[in-house]
Amino acid sequence: MILINCPNCGPRNSAEFAYFGETKPRPDANETDLAEWSHYLYMKRNPAGWTSEHWYHREGCRKFLVAERHTVTNEIRSTGTPGAGHGG
Amino acid sequence: MSGVMWRPRGTRVSAGGARVGPRPGEVIDRAKPFSFSWEGASYRAFEGDTIASALVASGVRVISRSFKYHRPRGIMTASYHDPGCTVQVDDEPNVRGAHRRVLPGMVVNSQNSWPSLRLDIFAANQVVAPFIGAGFYYKTFIKPQRLWPYYEKVLQRFAAGGRVDSESAHARYDKRYAHPEVLVAGGGPAGIAAALAAAEAGARVMLVEEEYELGGHLRWGGQEELDLLRQLRDAVAGQEGIEVLTNSAVTGRYDDNWIAVVQRNNPHVVERLIKARAKSLVVAPGLIERPYVFEGNDLPGVMLSTAARRLVNLYAVKPGMRAVVFTANDEGLAAADDLQSVGVDVVRVVDARSGGRLVRARGGRVLSAVDLGDGSSVECDLLVTAVGWTAPTLLTNMAGDRPIYAEHAARFVPGLNLPPNVLVTGGIAGDGSPDQLVAHGRATGTLAAATSGHGSPLELPALEPADHPSLFRSSTHGFVDFTEDISSKDIFAAAKEGYDSVELVKRYTTATMGQAQGKLETLNTVAVLAAATGRTIEETGTTVWRPPHVPISLGALAGRILEPVRYSPMQPWHESHRARPIVAGLWIRPEHYGDAAGEVRNVRENVGIIDVTPLGKLDLRGPDVPRLLNFLYVNKWSKLDIGAVRYGVMCNEDGVVLDDGVTGHLGPDRYFMSTTSSGAAAVYEWIEDWLQTAFLDWQVHVTPVTSAYASMNVAGPKSRELLSRVVSDVDLSPEAFAYMNVRTGTIAGIPECLMWRIGFTGELSFEIHVPAGYGLEVWEALMDEGRDLGVGAFGLEAQRIMRLEKGHFIVGQDTDAVTQAYRAGLDWLVKLDKDDFVGKPELVWESQREGASRLVGLQPIDPNVVPPEASQIVSGASKIEGRITSSRYSPTLGRSICLGIVSGHLVAPGTVVTIQLPDGALVAAKVMEHHAHFDHEGTRLRG
Repeated sequence: MILINCPNCGPRNSAEFAYFGETKPRPDANETDLAEWSHYLYMKRNPAGWTSEHWYHREGCRKFLVAERHTVTNEIRSTGTPGAGHGG
Repeated sequence: MSGVMWRPRGTRVSAGGARVGPRPGEVIDRAKPFSFSWEGASYRAFEGDTIASALVASGVRVISRSFKYHRPRGIMTASYHDPGCTVQVDDEPNVRGAHRRVLPGMVVNSQNSWPSLRLDIFAANQVVAPFIGAGFYYKTFIKPQRLWPYYEKVLQRFAAGGRVDSESAHARYDKRYAHPEVLVAGGGPAGIAAALAAAEAGARVMLVEEEYELGGHLRWGGQEELDLLRQLRDAVAGQEGIEVLTNSAVTGRYDDNWIAVVQRNNPHVVERLIKARAKSLVVAPGLIERPYVFEGNDLPGVMLSTAARRLVNLYAVKPGMRAVVFTANDEGLAAADDLQSVGVDVVRVVDARSGGRLVRARGGRVLSAVDLGDGSSVECDLLVTAVGWTAPTLLTNMAGDRPIYAEHAARFVPGLNLPPNVLVTGGIAGDGSPDQLVAHGRATGTLAAATSGHGSPLELPALEPADHPSLFRSSTHGFVDFTEDISSKDIFAAAKEGYDSVELVKRYTTATMGQAQGKLETLNTVAVLAAATGRTIEETGTTVWRPPHVPISLGALAGRILEPVRYSPMQPWHESHRARPIVAGLWIRPEHYGDAAGEVRNVRENVGIIDVTPLGKLDLRGPDVPRLLNFLYVNKWSKLDIGAVRYGVMCNEDGVVLDDGVTGHLGPDRYFMSTTSSGAAAVYEWIEDWLQTAFLDWQVHVTPVTSAYASMNVAGPKSRELLSRVVSDVDLSPEAFAYMNVRTGTIAGIPECLMWRIGFTGELSFEIHVPAGYGLEVWEALMDEGRDLGVGAFGLEAQRIMRLEKGHFIVGQDTDAVTQAYRAGLDWLVKLDKDDFVGKPELVWESQREGASRLVGLQPIDPNVVPPEASQIVSGASKIEGRITSSRYSPTLGRSICLGIVSGHLVAPGTVVTIQLPDGALVAAKVMEHHAHFDHEGTRLRG
């Protein structure tokens, strides 16, 4: 299992976390249209490479973290507490 | 013996057996003889014998029948992966007989033969062999289709494998988590040296070895090897910090050196799964000898050079009387020497390096003669082959490395793409003398230790794969996969049929998919396919090694069952009052106490109490809580007086109903939210997701308090009367405590209790939340105080009936993954004029759509018909218009009542729809005006 470096708890087995998906900006609900909103709900970038995603330390500190992970090698090059702009 | 006309007969070589005098490296203890049973007869063995070595010592040559053709098979590799030695031991099937040590009194039987190993009727398969080539089941037994049940019965008879006894006692399995700094997979000379060097540097080492003792190929070597072996074993015994696991194996390497080990040497646990997180992994599995492909290569009497050496040197067993050795390397010559040293007549040594060729082996049940390339035929009962090696690269592959074909060495080797914390040493890296392997192992061990933070690394000496002739198949066809009965002819046929990619050939023929999972078969399969398609081995490629490296029992994977169960504090009362338990998620809850309809009547007439502790409860504090509620609920929350309570529904970003509950304003900046029981955890995480990833500046603090409070609903016309007997510091009168309000007070002497006037059941009711430790005490106080009022407990079933009578939907039952708010009938609740909330813009668009299906109340015309939930609503011959989502017989109304989804054109009240029951019968039902079938104005609630 991947080792995830929780900003609060340190390196922990990924089995302690819940995966919450790619980070993605939320369109303005009042200005959006069907195509843009559907894209937001259902489409993912899903690159074969670096991606930014949310994990939730469900069986630990119960904090969310943002990770940069390479989807092919599962290397995680950074983890951090979500800051402004990481909105999902 | 030479010069005498000689033929092997039957299955025994001689009555005296084939055991010879003491060998310097033997693992048997001649002072400890015993008996065991094989095929119903008694055989002798010594402590340290494997099942197969004991049988061969007694002259047994046929140990099994093959999978498809039921050909007689004997010992071939004398290692764990021996394809001819899979046997049934007592009630354990598929035991690797050439690895498993035999024990006194063990009952061993062959598998896959009927009625006996000797006279196996299914050997008749050989007659139809032309018709059951590879992939025959894709082409036969297809038509006529109505005979499929018969085909199944026939094929079952042919299925290989041992016998599973359903009466077997449950064994004990265990899991363990380990954190070695250096994990060494393989206990041969290089692996041992790596473990020693790492431990000397101060690292915590785990050394895993498949055999019962350390040493690898040193164990069956000459005096030099045995001396080195003793040195290494003594060093390990004297070195602190090495945990040695023998008769154990690393089954896989996962991300970040998460490593699975199956441990079988713990006397108290049959098999233990160890999940280890190692800082460094040293891969030292050695090399596995490869069989040669030629006609007759599966005859009992044909074996590999390492098999002959193991039998002679470890078990002091003569594998035959008269031998031919066919070799392409020096290990084959060493095998010939070992055989001669125990009196085997080695009549010919055919060296491929000087042009020798092996054409075929011949015999009936067992080997009787060998045909060579120079045209000669030699009578013999033992043929030893030594044509090369396979590197078991499973662990390096799982670490992301793709093997490279080294043509000069005639084998695949690990590539160069390993992460820094995965190292290789020993035979898998290259060939060398025992001292060279030890030197490379030591250096690798220091590197592994340094990677894990101990000591400094030595420079790695060179260790390269040695040149080896490429020898895969002779001029005849033979078996490539012995456990799947796949011959090289099958691979040629598959290629001709168009299956020319190695991955397709593997799956089509099932070659490499047998018991050894490719360890004995992959390279031969690739080589044969390359020849069949006119490509090089490099061009053909290889298949992917997959875990587990060796089999692991399901019991070990499951471990001990650790399933948490959640009970409310009132559980003892439920149990002593004959509650029928129901499983609700992780909770055990009372479904009823013997008479659900009676419980309904009692609530509507007197007062009842239900345990609703699993109800989700969240404590919300902070100035921004109203903002949060406005965002997450579809209705408005800015104006909620302190002491007031409001019902809310949460939707997902696609507008689909997610959860519902009531939230109350308890005090300044203090709210209390309830959710559905099944949504308790999910809603908490949903809220935290928004607060932590989107609204970081909002000042809201959430504490889940579901299990901090015992919750109960006191419901019925006499509920206020009952509660007033145990509450003195809260005015419960209707003027002071209106419907949809909340108060905090003391109940039965317990302070800090919450009381809500809400009503899922539709009666005057109070939902009380008591600090959990006092739940039982308060429950019992209420039961005591309410005796003269007719108080009684009611369970989930009664509650379900009553809520259905009142038309309250249940999220997840009356709604599904596509039920948006309007479809659920929540038009009255959704406030689209709010700025931004979860569900916008989908709910805006939903509100603009016309003619969509909706959740409606339904009553079957026949009041005694209760359609089962999920019955379809149909029209015409087969058009589905909806389904029944909730359905019960109402004791209050004396008739059946339902909720269901119906198509848009059928939603008008008074419409008659058709429900199809599971048996196909059709019944009519009427669409009602409201979801509520009873008191839809809610007069009883608001009293």
